[in-house]
Amino acid sequence: MNRAPAALVLADGATFEGYAAGFLPASGVTSGEFVFNTALSGYQEVITDPSYAGQIISFTYPHIGNYGVSALDDEAARPWCEGLVARELSLSPSSWRAEGALEPFLVRHHVPAIVGVDTRRLTRHLRAHGALPGAFGHADLATVADAASRAVGTDGLDLVSSVSTMTPYARGDGARHVVAIDYGVKATMVRQLANRFRVSVVPASSTSADVLALEPDGVFLSNGPGDPAALARYVAEVEGLIGEVPLFGICLGHQLLANALGATTYKLPFGHHGSNHPVQDLTTGKIEVTAQNHNYAVDAGSLHRAVVTHRNLNDGVVEGLAVESERCFSVQYHPEAGPGPHDARYLFERFAALIERGRRTVV
Amino acid sequence: MPRRDDIHSIMVIGSGPIVIGQACEFDYSGTQACQVLRDEGYRVILVNSNPATIMTDPATADVTYVEPLDLGVVSEIIERERPDALLPTLGGQTALNLTMALVRAGVTQRFGVEVIGARPEAIETAENRELFKSAMADIGLGVPESGFAHDVDEALAIAQRIGWPIIIRPSYILGGAGTGIAEDDVALRRLAREGIAASPVGEILVERSIAGWKEFELEVMRDRHDNCVVVCSIENVDPMGVHTGDSVTVAPAQTLSDVEYQAMRDDAFAILRRVGVETGGSNVQFAVNPATGERLVIEMNPRVSRSSALASKATGFPIAKIAARLAVGYSLDEIVNDITKSTPASFEPVLDYVVTKIPRWAFEKLPGASSVLGTRMQSVGEVMAIGRNFAESLQKAIRSLEQGRAGFAAGPTREFADVDDETLWHRCEVATPERLYALHEVMWRGASVAEAAARTKIDPWFIDQMNEIVIRERELGAADVTTFDARTWRRYRQWGFSDAQVAAITGEELDRVAEARRAVAPVTYKTVDTCAAEFAAHTPYHYGTTEDETEVHPSSRDRVIILGSGPNRIGQGIEFDYCCVHASYVLREMGLESVMVNCNPETVSTDYSTSDRLYFEPLTPEDLAEVIAAEEAACVDGARVIGVIVSLGGQTPLKLAHSLDPSLVLGTPVAAIDAAEDRQRWSTLCRNLGLRQPPGDVAVTADEALAVAEQIGYPVLVRPSYVLGGRAMEIVYDATALGRVMRDLTGAHGALAREGGVSVTRPILLDRFLEDAIEVDVDAVRDTAGDVFVAGVMEHVEEAGIHSGDSACALPPQSLGDGIIATINQITSRIAEALGVVGLLNVQYAVKDDEVYVLEANPRASRTVPFVAKATGVALAQVAVRVMLGQSLAMLRDAGIVPAQTPRPPYVSVKEAVLPFNRFPAVDSILGPEMRSTGEVMGIGESFGIAFAKSQLAAGTGLPDGGQVFMSLADRDKVGGLELARQLVALGFTVAATVGTAGYLRANGVTVTTLVGKVGLATLGVDAVSLIGDGAVQLVINTPSGGVAKVDGALIRHASVTHGVPCLTTLSAGFAAARGIADTRQHGWRVRSLQDLHRQ
Ligand SMILES: Nc1ncnc2c1ncn2[C@@H]1O[C@H](COP(=O)(O)OP(=O)(O)O)[C@@H](O)[C@H]1O
Ligand SMILES: Nc1ncnc2c1ncn2[C@@H]1O[C@H](COP(=O)(O)OP(=O)(O)O)[C@@H](O)[C@H]1O
Ligand SMILES: [Mg+2]
Ligand SMILES: [Mg+2]
Repeated sequence: MNRAPAALVLADGATFEGYAAGFLPASGVTSGEFVFNTALSGYQEVITDPSYAGQIISFTYPHIGNYGVSALDDEAARPWCEGLVARELSLSPSSWRAEGALEPFLVRHHVPAIVGVDTRRLTRHLRAHGALPGAFGHADLATVADAASRAVGTDGLDLVSSVSTMTPYARGDGARHVVAIDYGVKATMVRQLANRFRVSVVPASSTSADVLALEPDGVFLSNGPGDPAALARYVAEVEGLIGEVPLFGICLGHQLLANALGATTYKLPFGHHGSNHPVQDLTTGKIEVTAQNHNYAVDAGSLHRAVVTHRNLNDGVVEGLAVESERCFSVQYHPEAGPGPHDARYLFERFAALIERGRRTVV
Repeated sequence: MPRRDDIHSIMVIGSGPIVIGQACEFDYSGTQACQVLRDEGYRVILVNSNPATIMTDPATADVTYVEPLDLGVVSEIIERERPDALLPTLGGQTALNLTMALVRAGVTQRFGVEVIGARPEAIETAENRELFKSAMADIGLGVPESGFAHDVDEALAIAQRIGWPIIIRPSYILGGAGTGIAEDDVALRRLAREGIAASPVGEILVERSIAGWKEFELEVMRDRHDNCVVVCSIENVDPMGVHTGDSVTVAPAQTLSDVEYQAMRDDAFAILRRVGVETGGSNVQFAVNPATGERLVIEMNPRVSRSSALASKATGFPIAKIAARLAVGYSLDEIVNDITKSTPASFEPVLDYVVTKIPRWAFEKLPGASSVLGTRMQSVGEVMAIGRNFAESLQKAIRSLEQGRAGFAAGPTREFADVDDETLWHRCEVATPERLYALHEVMWRGASVAEAAARTKIDPWFIDQMNEIVIRERELGAADVTTFDARTWRRYRQWGFSDAQVAAITGEELDRVAEARRAVAPVTYKTVDTCAAEFAAHTPYHYGTTEDETEVHPSSRDRVIILGSGPNRIGQGIEFDYCCVHASYVLREMGLESVMVNCNPETVSTDYSTSDRLYFEPLTPEDLAEVIAAEEAACVDGARVIGVIVSLGGQTPLKLAHSLDPSLVLGTPVAAIDAAEDRQRWSTLCRNLGLRQPPGDVAVTADEALAVAEQIGYPVLVRPSYVLGGRAMEIVYDATALGRVMRDLTGAHGALAREGGVSVTRPILLDRFLEDAIEVDVDAVRDTAGDVFVAGVMEHVEEAGIHSGDSACALPPQSLGDGIIATINQITSRIAEALGVVGLLNVQYAVKDDEVYVLEANPRASRTVPFVAKATGVALAQVAVRVMLGQSLAMLRDAGIVPAQTPRPPYVSVKEAVLPFNRFPAVDSILGPEMRSTGEVMGIGESFGIAFAKSQLAAGTGLPDGGQVFMSLADRDKVGGLELARQLVALGFTVAATVGTAGYLRANGVTVTTLVGKVGLATLGVDAVSLIGDGAVQLVINTPSGGVAKVDGALIRHASVTHGVPCLTTLSAGFAAARGIADTRQHGWRVRSLQDLHRQ
């Protein structure tokens, strides 16, 4: 297959060669914030994870698309990422699960891609200079470079409002009722909750009053894209929930809870995106290999009301916090694992236990 | 909780001789373990019978016993050393089985030795298939439907219940020995019989065959806190039915969705927990139904394995090292990742490249063996290649094999070009070493990916990739490469095309291709770092690809490049890796940077911590040229590449030496090497020195050969030049035989076609064959000043005519007079002088009627270097490297590194070869001038007899202390045989003999109790084969009559091999055995550590 030559340019001017693939935008150029993901499998889940809104995902594993795509693996109705960078994009997938190849999927969902790139050099560059905005495409180099110089990152943006569900919906039929606030929730997360509870998924715009009106036994704060510092309006609502009901937050939900508890967040140099990060549960000492996808993290020093329950063993980043008295806890990583290892799914049980305990103390 | 302080000394059991299914991957893991445990401050006691390993270097462990891996012997060592703990998981199946034996015999308990790394119960559960099956049932995991049988009828009954096809697999086996797939009763009966025999516990698993399913392996680790990680996933390109050790395999898995992969990961951990592997690494094998995703468990190995060595090299995560640390109390999070130095080992490595492993077989050396691959492992070595995508790694792996192929795409010289479609398809469907290349041809002929996948059961994803390579090959064929721009070059490089391949495909000149390509698309070197560049890597473990940037760190230190020996093969194995590793050690000691280039994943040389830099690359001229360029580019502040060491890795680097700038070759110049290999020049040299050689000459054509033979007289020994291990070497007794041999050697598809064929520059050598001569091997070092150190003189047990690699030998020599030895030393020095050797020289002699004949000289490291080093305590390879770098022997003598003269130890060391016949029932086990052993063992004792007896036990066929000896001798051996018979009778043996032999013995007063008739017809006495089969014989002495292997002889030898009865095929070995039995009785055995012996 003959692809059009394309270029990838980062905001700092670093330039990479490749070939245009996937959806070909008329403008011939796509921009966004470049992040790399080190997972060896699960590209479809990653591409359809709403937390990647505004970002261009570079896969460090060279072969992407080998086993095609399957509706079962969608984390959202459509991908929210801006684009995709790969070394190789498989044209003829092989899997009994496959419903088609990845590239047509990208075209269908208007996701542009660039392939044949020295993705390892790109990773090393991002490692050294941090996640950078930039652009890529088959337009002439000047055009791409110009787009790159004007590209913006995700700092200070509210990307949640665009990815959150417009209308509430229900899942599962457990005995307890959990309201899940959708800041960009992943399907696997909803599935994990629905396996245990009756779940009402509500828009991010819901106020604490709206939520409490649904008489939840517990409230779940989902993952989502972008910079928590730009989401004050959601934080305010979370504040209104603390102490009222048992709370469980994941990823962005974890950061919003931390903010609501008065803690601050900061941006990591290039974030954590992959399926192999070792996290230690400080309460049990056990190590979990975890799926991760975040650029921002909670500042341990600013956590006064909550205790740190989990740490990343690679860089010490806060991976989990809890406030016993307020019956709330959250983790930075992805225990629902879609994609990624299942080591941390026990946390959903913890949530269930917390809810039960919650009821006893109330009664 | 970190390091355990309640234990202080740990015994490590090695895996013994290199055999098929258990090769130098265990030298790699064992060496790592010993180093780690010593770093942790434990006293390490090592037992391993294999002298060729780094593991048995006196420097690797605190106490090193090169003794047979036998229950009695090891019990004695335990009693002597009283280790606190025993680590059994790093010495393969051998160490595991021996440990179980020690536990069952109550030895560990009696001496309070704690088995660490894996509890005996866990080993039991994993190794005993019945226990394993029910364990899997407990945790709800599927295994192929099966039943256990202890006799053929039982097996048949189960088969009828399950339905065909059926696979037979014995309990407690290694490398799939005794396993196979049966389509019907007949095959089943045969396989069942063999299987029950192969199993130490006489038990087989009769199982539903799922041949054709996808096969996966997960390398997993668990620590005492129940933290589990997957180090690496491996996908077999050859589906179920072909042993993983014989399959082309790829890491990481390519065709599993995350959903399937995570489920498999969950299963693997569940298995680890259920089996009870508390700490360490395990290998879990799964089969997946390609149509439904149904997943079944095949087996788990609760120890480091061949695959874990591959996984370590593929990911940079050193499984053996970590397993050793876990065994002494650490948890994964307490161990730092060597490579990042900042992150813990409690993570799962990620790759940003693809790794392909291709096995290498030795069928060409095993006439009679079918080359069809199955559930029995048959390969003798493997290569691994790293590329940024599958195509690149596949093509690099193929050129790493050194089989004359520049890659997957073959260019104009397509080896299957003249095979008809039907035959071709057959070659694709039946797994053999050539299958890949048949696949190339079939795709070249335009077969569809779908059909090829359906017929081969190889996943379409892999077939499609191969097809893409063929498409690129076609494009190239039509392209003008001189016009290629950087982008275009890259595109083809990234599909794995080498310059040589492009040249072959386009018909363009290689130099022009290389020049054009290098100008715009030079090779860049990436780093294997366990984390896909997420963190900075400190370990310079590199592989080549063609992309934007090179990651080789500039350095201001002078460097030396060491060329490894590539894939293990018969004739070129671990001995050479030992030499390369020693070179690296001594270079670092000398303050130089050592740079290793090799493509063999099993070895210590490709452990990234062995050298300052490791290039995991194919050993071809162009890949080497790129490495040298990269190293030169990385030199700063006047640092330089001092040179390349080509003389320690066997023939592989020597062949490459010709492509090097001569000024870069360290030590003996290439010209001198050629002088020794080139017959004319060599003969002239001998003549000038007045040295006696067996009369001989060279020939290119058959007629020339016949003429030469007439003139020198039969028998003649025929052999090509530039080969190792006596490749294609034959003894011929008459003109017809000679004609046949020449036809085979010179034919277009002859034995050597792939290896470069026969030519005027590469003629055939014919020698008068010296019958009944004593063969002697000598290893020596010469320095630039002309000073020579003869390190060891070895006397062979078998007479000349049996390849030095296959015959037992003793150091010091046993029967040679001092006069002869003096002559040999003196000739050796003169040859070294005449050749201008700088470094190692190996000379082989034949001594007949007190005349010394020179057979050949190899101005390079020989197979015996590690043996000599261990027998004498002199680190010979290191001495050689120092000398190559200009140090003088005089200086090294002063420094105490080299002794004043040839050491004559007060004990005897015997090296014995280990042969692969038990895996190839169809191959006659008779020895000859073509080497066929895969490995070697060493026996050390106060007397030759004891050393020899130990070596036999170590080799797996211990000498009996009595019983019946069965003698069947060639006529020329009858006289000598009589003496041997008398000795054995004196030792209390009863004698059985074939008619001829019996007649002669009886006529000379030896009582023959059993008369053995022709195999098959028992008219003239009992049938030889059934006699052996019934266990009525404890020792077989069967010397083949000259030349033609007699059918009966073959059958007798076969019977001995299958029933594990020691079978000696030469009188000399017979006499050695008699001495061994006598000495053992008189003095018994003592175990001594190398450190102890060397102190003497
Ligand atoms: N039920 C089966 N049907 C078909 N092939 C099988 C089956 N079980 C094992 N095999 C094949 O036999 C090979 C060797 O089996 P395995 O149990 O792994 O023995 P080993 O201990 O020698 O590795 C496997 O790699 C696989 O390819
Ligand atoms: N003229 C000869 N007479 C008897 N045996 C010989 C003679 N030449 C070689 N051999 C035997 O053949 C074996 C292999 O020959 P060699 O030249 O050593 O081949 P390689 O180079 O493969 O080691 C030797 O070890 C020796 O036993
Ligand atoms: Mg196996
Ligand atoms: Mg030789």
